[in-house]
Amino acid sequence: MLNLDDIQMEMLAEIADIHDVPAGAYNFRVNSQLAGRNTTANINIVNKEGVSGIDIFIKPNTKNESVHIPVVVSDSGIKETVYNDFFVGDNCDVVIVAGCGINNCGEHDAQHDGIHRFYVGKNSKVKYVEKHYGSGDGNGKRILNPVTEVYMEEGSSMEMEMEQIKGVDSTERKTIAELKSDARLVVKERLMTHGKQYATSDYQVSLNGENATADVVSRSVARDTSNQTFNARITGNAPCSGHTECDSIIMDEGKILAIPSLEANDVDAMLVHEAAIGKIAGDQLIKLMTLGLTEAEAEEQIISGFLR
Amino acid sequence: MLELKNITFEVGEGQEKKAIIRDLSLTIENGKFVVITGPNGSGKSTLARIIMGIERPTSGRLFFDGQDITDLNITERAKLGISFALQQPVRFKGIRVHDLLQIASGKTLDVSEACNYLSEVGLCARDYIDREINSSLSGGELKRIEIATLLARKTKLSVFDEPEAGIDLWSFQNLIRIFENMRREIKDSSIVIISHQERILNIADEIVLIAGGKIEKRGAAQEILPGLIGTTAAVDACERLK
Repeated sequence: MLNLDDIQMEMLAEIADIHDVPAGAYNFRVNSQLAGRNTTANINIVNKEGVSGIDIFIKPNTKNESVHIPVVVSDSGIKETVYNDFFVGDNCDVVIVAGCGINNCGEHDAQHDGIHRFYVGKNSKVKYVEKHYGSGDGNGKRILNPVTEVYMEEGSSMEMEMEQIKGVDSTERKTIAELKSDARLVVKERLMTHGKQYATSDYQVSLNGENATADVVSRSVARDTSNQTFNARITGNAPCSGHTECDSIIMDEGKILAIPSLEANDVDAMLVHEAAIGKIAGDQLIKLMTLGLTEAEAEEQIISGFLR
Repeated sequence: MLELKNITFEVGEGQEKKAIIRDLSLTIENGKFVVITGPNGSGKSTLARIIMGIERPTSGRLFFDGQDITDLNITERAKLGISFALQQPVRFKGIRVHDLLQIASGKTLDVSEACNYLSEVGLCARDYIDREINSSLSGGELKRIEIATLLARKTKLSVFDEPEAGIDLWSFQNLIRIFENMRREIKDSSIVIISHQERILNIADEIVLIAGGKIEKRGAAQEILPGLIGTTAAVDACERLK
């Protein structure tokens, strides 16, 4: 069993739904130290040299296996940049669960900048789940700046679920994807900011091969005086199809800037963007109140449904 | 029993002030099926919204089973046993049909119970239970789901604002059957329907005709209905399609 305290276990449950040692390959990083690692016949994990981070090698034809690489920061004052590279062989079908939880009860800022690079082999299928979560009542900020780069070979597909619902004071997310022919990328981002938080999310997706498709959908809620910027660009360099959607609920004195953009460099590139920002509709609250919910309960229902 | 006493509802200020409801008093007895009708703009929908607490009257009081509910908000009235089906049902991104029925019933609702309510309103439960209540649903589908939420609530007083609007003629008989079942199943329950649909007026115990924010006529269906046929307060289904 892992040697973790209660707060650390709680963070693990929150970010990766881990209550015990997971099956399959894993690498747990707690307060900048390795807290547990397991490799399998098909999945190897090795430390990087020169910089902090790991390389994850997934053998070709690996099916129905998973890799968990959660990170927990519970000491105030930690500031780290970690490089994790995933080399997924051809014809794989794997689930990768990442996620970072920061519990900061101290006076100093705690910051984790995770740089993830995915090299997805031909015809491989990857599901990537990433949750970010912050807690703790200290004055120190909880900062997460993830960079995700995805390089997809012919016929590969990747589904990314990225969620940051609570407690992260400042985040700058950057996601870059390059797709070869017949590759398919689906991104589902869920973001909620509250208090004085600040979040930016930036996507640059390049569809470089014939029949490459991308669907980038972000739903976000900005509460209190928080501030969000969503910037998604899809570039079509071949006959391809791309769709980006940003849908936000604005509350209190929140601020949201949505900048979806498209660039077509091929006459057969079909690109669509949608963006909508609005407050919770009065009719929605009224309907749920007529079913017996209070106004606050109705608001919570609407938000949790929206961010589902 | 619901009692409205001297309800007035005004909008606007000063010179612009306009009364939508004027000193209206009405009692809905337990176990009654009452249809409120009247021409467009007569104040019917406003009256329904005042009953639910969505609008507050400028003056007058409301009593539900003897309790003064004038100052209670929507939630408090809902908890006392009043429910309301909106004329224009609301869409919610991410909230599923099952979730809404569960909220309506006020308890954990297993799939088979939720399915019963959907079947009642003529929707194939398997196809709808996990659907989001978003723009992928048609107006008619939303309307039926709206009615299903009232079936799940099982309250003593159910108010429907034009429940037939958007529901095709095929399901008209089913709609009427639903109202009849509700009356039978919930003891002492009353149903108030805002409608000018002749077929609904036909099955009412009592018809209340509103015009200009006042009650113009009120009485048993067989007394009132003959005088309404052919007016805008009672149109047959084909007439409304014209």
